[in-house]
Amino acid sequence: MAKKTGQVIDFASIKATMSDPYKKTFQIVDKDAKIVNQELFDTFSDDQLVDFMKKMVWERTLHEQTMNFSRQGRLGFYAPTYGEEASEMGSIAAFKDQDFLFPAYRDLPQLIQHGASVAQGFLWSKGNAVGDDYGDQRNWFPQIIIGAQYVEAAGAALGIKKNGEKDAVSFVYTGDGGTSQGDFYEGVNFASSFQAPAVFMVQNNGWAISVPRYKQTAAETLAQKAVASGVPSIQVDGMDVLATYIATKEARDFAAAGNGPVLVETLTYRYGAHSSAGDDPSRYRTKEEEKPWFDADPLIRMRKVLGDKGLWSQDQEDKLVEEYKDSFKASMKEAENTPTQSVVDMLKTTFEEPTPQIKADIARFEAKESK
Amino acid sequence: MAKLTYIKAITDGLDVVLGEDPKTLIFGEDVGKNGGVFRTTQGLQDKYGEDRVFDTPLAESGILGLSIGLAATGWRPIPEIQFMGFTFEAVDSLGGQMSRERFRFSGKRSMPITVRTPFGGGTHTAEMHADNLENYYVGTPGLRVVTPANPYDAKGMIISAVENNDPVLFMENLKLYRSMKDEIPEGKYTVPLDTAKVVREGTDITIVAYSAEVNESLKVADKLAKENISAEVIDLRSLSPIDTDTIFKSVEKTHKVVVVQEAQKMAGVGAQVTAEIAEHAIMNLDAPIGRVAAPDSVYPWAQVENDWIPNADDIEEKAREILNY
Repeated sequence: MAKKTGQVIDFASIKATMSDPYKKTFQIVDKDAKIVNQELFDTFSDDQLVDFMKKMVWERTLHEQTMNFSRQGRLGFYAPTYGEEASEMGSIAAFKDQDFLFPAYRDLPQLIQHGASVAQGFLWSKGNAVGDDYGDQRNWFPQIIIGAQYVEAAGAALGIKKNGEKDAVSFVYTGDGGTSQGDFYEGVNFASSFQAPAVFMVQNNGWAISVPRYKQTAAETLAQKAVASGVPSIQVDGMDVLATYIATKEARDFAAAGNGPVLVETLTYRYGAHSSAGDDPSRYRTKEEEKPWFDADPLIRMRKVLGDKGLWSQDQEDKLVEEYKDSFKASMKEAENTPTQSVVDMLKTTFEEPTPQIKADIARFEAKESK
Repeated sequence: MAKLTYIKAITDGLDVVLGEDPKTLIFGEDVGKNGGVFRTTQGLQDKYGEDRVFDTPLAESGILGLSIGLAATGWRPIPEIQFMGFTFEAVDSLGGQMSRERFRFSGKRSMPITVRTPFGGGTHTAEMHADNLENYYVGTPGLRVVTPANPYDAKGMIISAVENNDPVLFMENLKLYRSMKDEIPEGKYTVPLDTAKVVREGTDITIVAYSAEVNESLKVADKLAKENISAEVIDLRSLSPIDTDTIFKSVEKTHKVVVVQEAQKMAGVGAQVTAEIAEHAIMNLDAPIGRVAAPDSVYPWAQVENDWIPNADDIEEKAREILNY
């Protein structure tokens, strides 16, 4: 006679305990600006602390100015980064120029920190080829197909390993929704199989357009998705810029030292809409749901920490915001003065050596464009 | 010179490129120690080491995504997708990613990737192992799609494909793997990636075909020759781009044309050839354009495939219809 469920193998208990190693989110400064890990906090110099704050103010101002430009009809697609400043600025600070970045469309601030110009960010949004022209920088374009960047980052990590590069990794961003894609698993698993130096970032901002995080998976954390592939991972408070930086830096150093890939999940929140193109969060979430995240704001937290140390004032921040705004306005001018690619030039980028059919199209557009 | 099969000619070509360019890498499912499920990469891991010829985890999107990242870091990948039917798992890497990178980066970055994949009916495989999926891929800007029809071209074209700086989908016909042999020169030679070849000259009718259907078309040409009907047979070799000049030149001479493919009829290669002739050379024709293609059904079960795949009889029937128009 068949035994009752659970009498031979206790799946219920396996299920109840399998997330235990991920129950504690890594944190240095909590949402009330209380330093919960003094030892790690003390590893930061005053200059470093101020620098992180400046970068977050820079990103938030960039967001606000971008929204202004967007409302003025001067931009195309834009995915707001509002709320994700600690996650994005904390993580990007951990990487070096020789690290290869594979961003998604919400990762323009990291792309800019990694060498692209602000004007290029605007040009990408406007649909100008110069936006993606990174020269020799190890930047890939902002990926639109969720997950594709994960398998590609695994390939770049293997390439870096095969090149014999001693202090380099590939690193890649996706969101909570991205972890449901097949390519997410394939990328993490390929990097694991080859023990390639990849750092997989998951910015869990709670929402994949209108679908909440809990509907993506019953897994308690997204970090633990890496474990099945033999990849160590950590969930970090993504509203805590210092914790995000330390976790990412440790992950990067671990991978760069030849120990194989690592995954970092940052717990953050998308304060705004999915994109500037018509998404309205009030259709799928309430102000009450949003409030705790606004209370946990990364800038409020750091303002208090720095203020207590006499390193920051509102006056100083206001001045900085004005400076940044002026620079973004100059970048927008630069973007607007950048010539549009001609169809002829675009056609020439289809193949290295244009095919007869493309040659005929080039001739047709040359005639059109010379009129 | 040695007489080599189609598959050995490809192995030989891969050996040449691995030997010439230390940045070339072969990888995929079972391509390492096992030398591929058809043995196309046999002996290459022993000769070039596991760093250059290696197995990957079983995931086609992963394999082609890996290729893109490797190309981005300076490598020249030659991934294998074990069967063309399995490329469905990697359509984004082909159509959404590698074929677009040159465009995305304003022509300043390239993806020198050669995706090798076997296809083609008549060997009684399991489902999804024989499908002719070129119709899906020839409409992909930035991707070259080529397929050799004989061992000589197979070696010369695989070398050209690997040396090309754009992604190439290199289709290898399963049925041809071991069914034909050619004299193959030793060492390096290349066959252009984008030109069709007149494989038999004729004056009365043009038969345009590719891959295994080239051999079927040649059988028909032989048979017609006994009745003093002279058929010209063109092997497209490149399915994207299509070398229309060679076709137009032939049609100008013969005034009659039959377009043959093993794939289903809807859209795709034969339809494109037909449309090009209709658009640019219709005044040279004195009969409608004949088409021979598989029915627009799902690829059949193994026991039915030989009745389903267009063969020499189908081509002959269509050729006679056009000749007698």
